[in-house]
Amino acid sequence: MKALVHAHDLAMTFDVSPPWLNRVVEGKPRQLLHAVDGVSFEIEKGKTLALVGESGCGKSTVARLLVGLYEPTRGSLTFDNQDAHAVYKTPQSAKLRRRIQMIFQDPYASLNPRWRVEDIVGEPLEEHGLISDPVRLRERVAELLRSVGMSALDGPKYPHQFSGGQRQRISIARALATGPEFLVCDEPTSALDVSVQAQVLNIMKDLQRTLGLTYLFISHNLAVVRHMSDQVGVMYLGRLVELADKQTLFANPRHPYTRMLLDAIPKLHDTGRARTPVQGEVPNPLNPPSGCAFNPRCPLANDRCRSERPLLQEVAGDRVACHAVEEGRIQA
Amino acid sequence: MTLLQVNNLVVEFPHRRGALRALDGISFDIAPGEILGVVGESGAGKSLTGAAIVGLLEPPGRIAGGQILLEGQRIDNLPYEQMRHLRGRKIGAVFQDPLTSLNPLYTIGRQLTETIQTHLPVSDHEARARAIALLQDTGIPAAEQRLDHYPHQFSGGMRQRVVIALALAAEPRLIVADEPTTALDVSIQAQIITLLKTICKERGAAVMLITHDMGVIAETCDRVAVMYAGRIVEMGPVHEVIHHPVHPYTSGLMAAIPDIMADHERLHQIDGAMPRLNAIPAGCAFNPRCPQTFARCRSDRPELMSAGVTRAACWLHAPVGVGA
Repeated sequence: MKALVHAHDLAMTFDVSPPWLNRVVEGKPRQLLHAVDGVSFEIEKGKTLALVGESGCGKSTVARLLVGLYEPTRGSLTFDNQDAHAVYKTPQSAKLRRRIQMIFQDPYASLNPRWRVEDIVGEPLEEHGLISDPVRLRERVAELLRSVGMSALDGPKYPHQFSGGQRQRISIARALATGPEFLVCDEPTSALDVSVQAQVLNIMKDLQRTLGLTYLFISHNLAVVRHMSDQVGVMYLGRLVELADKQTLFANPRHPYTRMLLDAIPKLHDTGRARTPVQGEVPNPLNPPSGCAFNPRCPLANDRCRSERPLLQEVAGDRVACHAVEEGRIQA
Repeated sequence: MTLLQVNNLVVEFPHRRGALRALDGISFDIAPGEILGVVGESGAGKSLTGAAIVGLLEPPGRIAGGQILLEGQRIDNLPYEQMRHLRGRKIGAVFQDPLTSLNPLYTIGRQLTETIQTHLPVSDHEARARAIALLQDTGIPAAEQRLDHYPHQFSGGMRQRVVIALALAAEPRLIVADEPTTALDVSIQAQIITLLKTICKERGAAVMLITHDMGVIAETCDRVAVMYAGRIVEMGPVHEVIHHPVHPYTSGLMAAIPDIMADHERLHQIDGAMPRLNAIPAGCAFNPRCPQTFARCRSDRPELMSAGVTRAACWLHAPVGVGA
């Protein structure tokens, strides 16, 4: 089956140089931050790709690239056989934007506190000129609210009258308003409590089934990722280090970083277990280590890892960027 | 012998129409060397419990009833100055955000030695030596040079280590840690938890660990108290509470957590949300969301009662023949 979303070598570089005057007077160099550095993946229609990684690994930047909030410095995004970023620049971009929507992390910041819920959910419909008749607009908004488990009577209320979980459902209703096919969800439940998180995740799964939605699901919580995804991409310092089916990734993680992440999660099953914590921290992305970015923390790093950057390669159905895996130094 | 004893603690916020009860009859104790986890969703009152113990309740919140005893002495009614002295000396505190707990204008060495000298009669030289030892104990490499660095020069995980070092500076008997790992990435979180655990075991300090993360509780604590709407609904050994929860709220909460070891088509969800303080239902506060509610739950408020190994505030576990 042909992939609906195809990211090809996406890269995003931010210029974080000191101001021009400081560069001239103090001789400071230009500084570039490679937030995303060559990320490729495909997502099939109706499936979910999850991106995981620690803070600063570039997962949110990927999300913003996909919805066109950033223009990539390199690479391309193909959506339904069109070059998305080329279309974004043309007057026809609205048609494409309608099909790709986003859900943000913080339901307190992403809803306008001065607007009624019905205006928040109805705005995309008016903006895209989908419905102009006020009666039909109200009907459609009520229908959208019901689809996320809320009531049509919630329409005239303001966001502050709702709890975090309900607000996140309002954001989902807003994202669904234009009838999108692809939803980019950037940590949609990390601001929520577990019992509320369960409500939101269940609704997202139900909607995917009934509407045939395709998700890019970003999270730092591997348990949530396991629950939601079909495929998982693990990111480290702007690159994908492993991309595999959910089953394979959780049963048989290959990259040392993936193994470390899985091992680092506190688990309910073994109460009181003593862990050997991973040493070290994520390096400064302004000054990443040479070779494999994970080498300073990797137990298997050798000279090749310190000098040569590993590429994402096919290993028994997965894609892994690791010299140790490629050379068979790691027991798969 | 218990180190900290909390009896029937009530915290209220004055309001136009009477007072809002944010904590309603909290009782528990912690033994030396023990880690008690306090878990619950936002608004359950876990942080407020911690704040009441360290004497940092923000006005207009106030302790309206009950007692807090540290080593047998009441500390809930101490004057401000005396409490200030106790805090740091006998009770250390670690908060969620390590950046706001440190003063950005002072080097961490100055902050550490100041804390040490406030509480212990030591010379400048000795205070510095202690500060270095503390940083080493909390796993900060090159402690001697790091002493002269400012908080912004440290990463998040390293900052939280500094905060822990600060909390330990006067060798307190009790450490109240409020969401100490929530702002950190998983790999760093594991390091900090291990650090807290070893340090407490080595020094015999009691820890009250407040978090919303059941995984952290499972790995760290000896006992756990589950809070809901300002009350403790279940308390017992961590293994029991996690694997055989008896209160419907605890079992619902446990089932709502996605499992990293297995696949489920749907997550269990507890419908509704925690009640607001001004609309706590009569009887058991959980009754509108509880799948097993019966008449008594709507009229009488359950106290913690014995339910096997743990204790739960739930009428399902009422002893046979009593009340009903």
